[in-house]
Amino acid sequence: MSTQQQEPEPQEPESQESPEDPEMKGAESPQNQRLKEKEQGLAQEETVDESDLEGETVHIKVFRYDPEVEGKQEPRFDDFYVPFEKGMTVLDAVMYARDEYDSSLTFRHSCRQAVCGSDAFFVNGKQQLGCKTQISDLEQPIRIEPLPHQEVVKDLVVDMDHFYDQMHAVEPYFQQEDLPDGDLEEQRQSRENREKVKMSTRCIWCAACMSSCNIAAGDNDYLGPAAINKAYRFAMDEREDEEIKEHRLRIVEQEHGVWRCQTQFSCTEVCPKDIPLTEHIQELKREAVKKNLKFW
Amino acid sequence: MYEHDVIVVGAGGAGLRAAIAAHEAGADTAIVSKLHPVRSHTGAAEGGINAALREGDDWELHAYDTMKGSDYLADAPAAETLAQDAPEETIELEHWGMPFSREEDGRVSQRPFGGLSFPRTTYAGAETGHHLLHVMYEQVVKRGIQVYDEWYVMNLVTGDDPDPNDRECEGVVAYDVQTGKVEGFKANQGVILATGGPGQAFDHTTNAVSCTGDGHAMAYRAGAPLEDMEFIQFHPTSLPSTGVLISEGVRGEGGILYNNDGERFMFEYGYANNSGELASRDVVARAELDEVAEGRGVEDEYVHLDMRHLGEDRILDRLENILHLAEDFEGVNGLVEPMPVKPGQHYAMGGIDVDENGQTCIDGLYAAGECACVSVHGGNRLGGNALPELIVFGKRAGRHAAGDDLGEAEIKTGYGDDVEDETETELPVAPGEAGLDSSGGVAADGGVATEAEGLLERAVEQERARVDHLMDKEDGIQHAEIRAKLQKAMTDYVNVFRTGDGIRKALKIIRECREEYQDVYVDDPSRTFNTDLQMTYETRNLIDVAETIALGALVRNEFRGAHWRQENQERDDENWLKHTLISWDDGEPNIFYRPVILEGEKTYEPKVRSY
Repeated sequence: MSTQQQEPEPQEPESQESPEDPEMKGAESPQNQRLKEKEQGLAQEETVDESDLEGETVHIKVFRYDPEVEGKQEPRFDDFYVPFEKGMTVLDAVMYARDEYDSSLTFRHSCRQAVCGSDAFFVNGKQQLGCKTQISDLEQPIRIEPLPHQEVVKDLVVDMDHFYDQMHAVEPYFQQEDLPDGDLEEQRQSRENREKVKMSTRCIWCAACMSSCNIAAGDNDYLGPAAINKAYRFAMDEREDEEIKEHRLRIVEQEHGVWRCQTQFSCTEVCPKDIPLTEHIQELKREAVKKNLKFW
Repeated sequence: MYEHDVIVVGAGGAGLRAAIAAHEAGADTAIVSKLHPVRSHTGAAEGGINAALREGDDWELHAYDTMKGSDYLADAPAAETLAQDAPEETIELEHWGMPFSREEDGRVSQRPFGGLSFPRTTYAGAETGHHLLHVMYEQVVKRGIQVYDEWYVMNLVTGDDPDPNDRECEGVVAYDVQTGKVEGFKANQGVILATGGPGQAFDHTTNAVSCTGDGHAMAYRAGAPLEDMEFIQFHPTSLPSTGVLISEGVRGEGGILYNNDGERFMFEYGYANNSGELASRDVVARAELDEVAEGRGVEDEYVHLDMRHLGEDRILDRLENILHLAEDFEGVNGLVEPMPVKPGQHYAMGGIDVDENGQTCIDGLYAAGECACVSVHGGNRLGGNALPELIVFGKRAGRHAAGDDLGEAEIKTGYGDDVEDETETELPVAPGEAGLDSSGGVAADGGVATEAEGLLERAVEQERARVDHLMDKEDGIQHAEIRAKLQKAMTDYVNVFRTGDGIRKALKIIRECREEYQDVYVDDPSRTFNTDLQMTYETRNLIDVAETIALGALVRNEFRGAHWRQENQERDDENWLKHTLISWDDGEPNIFYRPVILEGEKTYEPKVRSY
């Protein structure tokens, strides 16, 4: 890993990846940490060697429930045995089970590459995206359940309305009215500021964090980590004026806002995009305190 | 029944932009989408947005690059509109707070991309589509535009006047996925289709599971032709087991392609002696498949993309996202082993025949984004030209549907005086539904209804009857089996390499799929979140769309852009400077041609396309 001290990179002609991403270079960036952990995990664990699974079947136990179908009104687990293939994910396994064994097996999914946020499930007791969870990393039988703390609509599908309501409650849209003159004049934003908000903008609304949060489970009005992170994304964006930022802070410091967070880090642990949610919540607390000091 | 002025079907970049524009033009606007907006596949776009923003660049250069990239099959007024409108639309995104990457002076960053004469690809990390989608949805929330999410649109309501040019779109029929309720949506001013690509017609695609060509198929059956469907872009580096895209950036940084013998085949076998791995997408994709065909593929299926020599620091700096993708979706650590890659279906250049205002030949029916063919991309789309198409033409369609005057369109639509009938190609089987009925016996259910509400009610009843039929049927064949067979046929025979014999085989298999579909049934008895039912509907759409791709590929006996034919491996400007159009004609498809427009504000003389 590189150190924090940067060597000046020679100017490369071009790349499709963003060459301006200095956060990748910092030794303590979440990505680097994650990669390190992964490498260490690979080196130490080796619990399941993929080659051991070739030609084997995978045993999955999938939660089933349907309010209108006899036999499924009482929740149950169905067992499926799915042929293993290298690189197989939890989503691949449930898709196979649906297409080959039981077409009524129901779950949301779309992009298969961890950007649409549709397929957050509770896999072996942890909130994870089905599409980016490798079968070979899991102990069998693999239990696949809908996200806890949300009403189950059917099988692995949960009602997302409450999650969306909370996301919408923080006024999740840019509110700067005073824009630069001239048709093609953009607002200026420093690289540092873009960097500051970058991780927060990666949220894919999968609701894994909300589902993992004990506070959200006990307080239905709690905004929850994703919505607070959304507020952070705007409050920290220097393109919005100070008054708007204060307005945003008032929204998140309400009774069911940032102060509810007890820094258990469960949201941060499950976030498939490695967003430091707990840190963002803490930072908003500090900003709110600063603001109160200023006015009280 | 629900009623709005403008109904937008689909909530990706084009749909959201159309809805915002229609709303701003004063129309009561609603979005009906089978996915919640933030789930749309626009979010998977990585590269960026081409827009001539900077000194030294101008819209004329962008239009020129686009026409050249299209292999001279884009229409000049479309390419020019894209190039002229993209700067303002891109800056609008910035004004809405989009987190673009930034230069030292705080202005938005732009980078070079394939086929561009100026670095005009405006980007937000390697996640430009994700940010575009979320920013646009934020604006929809801000405006309070109504979204019917997880409502699946089953059909358009257009009346049945014998001439599609005389039809009018009255609305749509949709079902609420959560409850199974089938309802009509009356559109007083217009319906805008923004349903994305048809990638699921292939079994190896970078497209989402939801990219099933619903808008294509509904517009087609309603009477709007599909245009240039044979032009499918195959991306050379997708992961073999899932089709997840590995960005061209890996090769841009110096990543190398090897065959199973460890040879750097792009040079070793002379596929591209100058550019090697950085030859254009179609060249690299064909080279990879040649290697596999010659027995030099890894596991007879793919090749290796190696970036290990770039070193860990540089990979983490520039290509971090690729490490996650390879690890998460292929179980491969790109730092210690080469990544397996093969060509995957990526983008459809063709689509619903529309003009530069987004309008089809059916009054009140619009299309925008990947499902539409204006045509901006012609035979080949340049990287960075898909996202500006969404916002430029999404906005235009929204404004026009809401009644704004955008001036008369220069591009013609539908079957008219300017077209030429296809007469030369013999088809191996009758296309379309001649003699078949995939509507579950409810399509021909007559009765005269002329008023809009009568039409809508009749259409709702038809779809309810169709759902009952599919769900009451006790046995038969399931959609997954038909879909898999269709996808395999398309990948086997209508892929990167195309031969007349292969395409004819595909058409026969497509016909079999149609016949099997007569016997399709839905096993899941529940009205609650019945994805079995939804996928059964989608599979019918895929059959119709796949057939138009194969038909287009069969009649176009030349090599242009992404379309390669073994029998004629040259571009044939004398005979083929024309668009392929296919109209449904009540189940007996008709193929015809319309000349490409190479003259707009500028003239684009076809030249040899070399980079």
